[in-house]
Amino acid sequence: MSAGFDRRRFRAMLVKEARQIVRDPSTFLIAFVLPILLIFLFGFGVNLDTARTDIGLSRQDDGAAARALAGAFQHSRWFAVRQTGAIEPLENALVAGEVHGIVVIPNGFSREAAAGGGDIQVITDGSSPNTAGFVASYADGVRASWAAARAAERGQPAAPPIALVPRFWFNPALASRYFLVPGAIAIVMTMIGSLLTALIIAREWERGTMEAIMATPLGMGEFIASKVIPYFLLGIGSMTVCTLIAIAVFGVPLRGSPLALLVIASAFLIPALGLGLLISATTKNQFVASQIALLTAFLPGMLLSGFLFEIPSMPRWVQAITYAVPARYLIPPLQTVFAAGDNWGLFLPDIAAMLGFGLLFFTLAIRANRRRIA
Amino acid sequence: MADTVASASGICKRFVKDGALALDGVDITVAAGRMTGLVGPDGAGKTTLIRILAGLIVPDDGDVTVLGRPAIDSDRSMIGYMPQRFGLYEDLSVIQNLTLYADLRGLPVEEREESFGRLLDFTDLKRFADRLAGKLSGGMKQKLGLACALVRTPRLLLLDEPSVGVDPVSRRELWDMVKALAGDQVGVLWSTAYLDEAEQCDTVTLLSEGKCLHAGPPQALTDSVEDRIIRLFVPEEARRKVLRKALDADGVEDGAVQGASVRLMLEKGARRPTAAALGAPEDAEIRPARPRFEDGFIDLLGGGPPGTSALAEHYRAIPRGDMPAIEAKGLTKRFGDFTAASDISFSVSNGEVFGLLGPNGAGKSTTFKMLCGLLTPSAGTGAVAGFDLRHAKADARQSLGYMAQKFSLYGDLSVRQNLDFFAGAYGLDRREARDAIDRVVEVFHLGRYLKDNAGTMPLGFKQRLSLACAVMHEPPVLFLDEPTSGVDPIVRREFWTHINGLVEKGVTVLVTTHFMDEAEYCDRVMLIYRSRAIATGTPDALKAGAGKEDATMEDAFITLIEASRANENGRDAA
Repeated sequence: MSAGFDRRRFRAMLVKEARQIVRDPSTFLIAFVLPILLIFLFGFGVNLDTARTDIGLSRQDDGAAARALAGAFQHSRWFAVRQTGAIEPLENALVAGEVHGIVVIPNGFSREAAAGGGDIQVITDGSSPNTAGFVASYADGVRASWAAARAAERGQPAAPPIALVPRFWFNPALASRYFLVPGAIAIVMTMIGSLLTALIIAREWERGTMEAIMATPLGMGEFIASKVIPYFLLGIGSMTVCTLIAIAVFGVPLRGSPLALLVIASAFLIPALGLGLLISATTKNQFVASQIALLTAFLPGMLLSGFLFEIPSMPRWVQAITYAVPARYLIPPLQTVFAAGDNWGLFLPDIAAMLGFGLLFFTLAIRANRRRIA
Repeated sequence: MADTVASASGICKRFVKDGALALDGVDITVAAGRMTGLVGPDGAGKTTLIRILAGLIVPDDGDVTVLGRPAIDSDRSMIGYMPQRFGLYEDLSVIQNLTLYADLRGLPVEEREESFGRLLDFTDLKRFADRLAGKLSGGMKQKLGLACALVRTPRLLLLDEPSVGVDPVSRRELWDMVKALAGDQVGVLWSTAYLDEAEQCDTVTLLSEGKCLHAGPPQALTDSVEDRIIRLFVPEEARRKVLRKALDADGVEDGAVQGASVRLMLEKGARRPTAAALGAPEDAEIRPARPRFEDGFIDLLGGGPPGTSALAEHYRAIPRGDMPAIEAKGLTKRFGDFTAASDISFSVSNGEVFGLLGPNGAGKSTTFKMLCGLLTPSAGTGAVAGFDLRHAKADARQSLGYMAQKFSLYGDLSVRQNLDFFAGAYGLDRREARDAIDRVVEVFHLGRYLKDNAGTMPLGFKQRLSLACAVMHEPPVLFLDEPTSGVDPIVRREFWTHINGLVEKGVTVLVTTHFMDEAEYCDRVMLIYRSRAIATGTPDALKAGAGKEDATMEDAFITLIEASRANENGRDAA
């Protein structure tokens, strides 16, 4: 490939690429069908909110306090309770997975409660840690509010001197789809930018067309531009489709401006496309390209971007790794633009970080390409 | 001396650090208006050299000048390059492919119409201008690939095995097209594994394992074995035995079966032996014959293998039954609306070599796979060693040895592990397996590769290993699908020595090939073209049908294809 930029060669490549996109059903599949599938999957299928959880309740005390607390559990909107006296049948149910936790109101609870104390035991299934944590904290919550109510009844001051009244900003109902849907948009753009771009260039190698066009005067700049521009547009297109579905079907609010969304998405597509180019420069094989794209773009985008798991709750060393994941800089501004509105002061550092990664990947990709051809 | 458009000297290239040299001090010159042949077996370094001239690869050592500048920096708009798979976008139409390459190579827009018209006329693709390139036949793709390389008349035209696997008519048409379109301003570099194509070039560079064995006019190499080629006319049933004895005789360097005769190359300075000394009847006629380029190549490589096959020596004698060894009755395979093989019928008797000849995509391998039980026929029946493929597939398979086209062993297992696996797969017990493996390792010289991954061996050894795996259980019937594709002529000779030896033991062989001259080894040949059998007969009978003196199998095939095409056109018209 030679240097220089010739508009005619570039246009010819662009036309060729566009024709291939139109004719290739798999491109259409990855660019439009898959995103829609993902959006619906995250919108309907994956739900991080909890409904009623099955637990067992072993009440080993016959006192009034114990009965009252058991009633509080029975009426809790978080739990479906199976109540027994002895604990053994519940242990079997826990092992069988029929209940996700056991609350034990021990013998002597009423006496202790009368004395101002009263401990309960919560047994949870540690093999599903999320549910276990949920059962433990909500069970404690039920006990605490029962204790508070009881204290109020007796005219005593509330047991916990400080009461926490949580108020969730931006997502008052804490509906997880409000933050999952913007996250899905990030995944979709990763797929188009990195996976699809890597695949189509690897395909040119596999079919032997790369060799033929490399032997023409086509320049590196023309080649890269002809690959990047169509897939950039495709990425923006499918982001738009996803956003429209999110708003129309799931009622996700877009509180920020479409312009901000466009700018943020564009800034993310630059490193995503750069990574795709870099992958295709290191392998000529579609299968390997898709594997590398999954490992370097898709999985980090899913797991380390703050989309599914919050970064501050990760171990420190994992947090350190997340700084090398471009999607990490996409998720916060994307969630902000959907849930809160335009806040350019927050956006700009993230946009700068994404563009920085883009520059790095493009430089590496051009280098790798040049070395291989040369 | 014509203008030099490209030259390279002392080219060395190594792909793997400390690995073998892909090119080892190669020189080449391409002159304007001339056809330069780049000839050699697969893996010789042809493609690497062409890519270096195209500026796609930088050599480790040596100078490359293309159009007066270093290759990496040459004027690419003046280079026409057709890579091995033609470099076409299969999801674009014929005209879209042409337009793309016209734009990339900077063909002035006002010349486009004239250039496209001329190329489409020449390639006879005008009717298909809007058809997707992926929907063209092999021969048409090849012509379109050439048209794309010539869309702006280049000064250097690089063609990487343009003719591999296409039918002989298309090959000949392509050659004429290049001659006519290139004219006297273009330097053409034509790479090929077909040695007969080399003879037609103005000058030839012969590569083998990265080294240049011959550079200059092909005639110079052919002449070097002048007066050393003879043909020995013997009774048809005796030719294999005579060839074996002759090759083992003193003073004979190489030999092959040619129809009902045996063609031999004598050692340099050897006196012409008597028929009796060659193991033929005393009254057998001996005639001098014209040397070929291949003879010169074999002479450079030090002569062919001896005539006795160590493999056949130890092979069990196959009892001759009354049943035909292989029988195909109306075999037909349709994939959707595409018919890959149509109404193929033949019967091969015990101890016969039967050849299926035809270009890639004609239906040879499909027929083969149906007879092996790998594909279920859409219509028709087949039987191997008396076992009907419909009811006794497993028995039929157990009685045949199958060597697939392309390397189909486990590349990431060692040679030893591959042999163990196939011995087990064919149900040999431990002792039989050990004996069989020891024998094939010795016969095929696999000893030094036993611990290496099979995939890393040179092509010739891969083919040997494939054959070894197919014959370990000493089957009465052998199916060989393109066994000699891409290997050098010495390995080809070795394969045919084994095949001839096994046939003498009573083994029946079904073989496919697109090397027309290999058909000469067969007792009978079936020509397959566009999924139909267009002729069946002995090689000599088919050659006689070509209606010209000293016709080759290729001439015969071309005559038959043209007749078949005329027939089709007649049907279309009616």
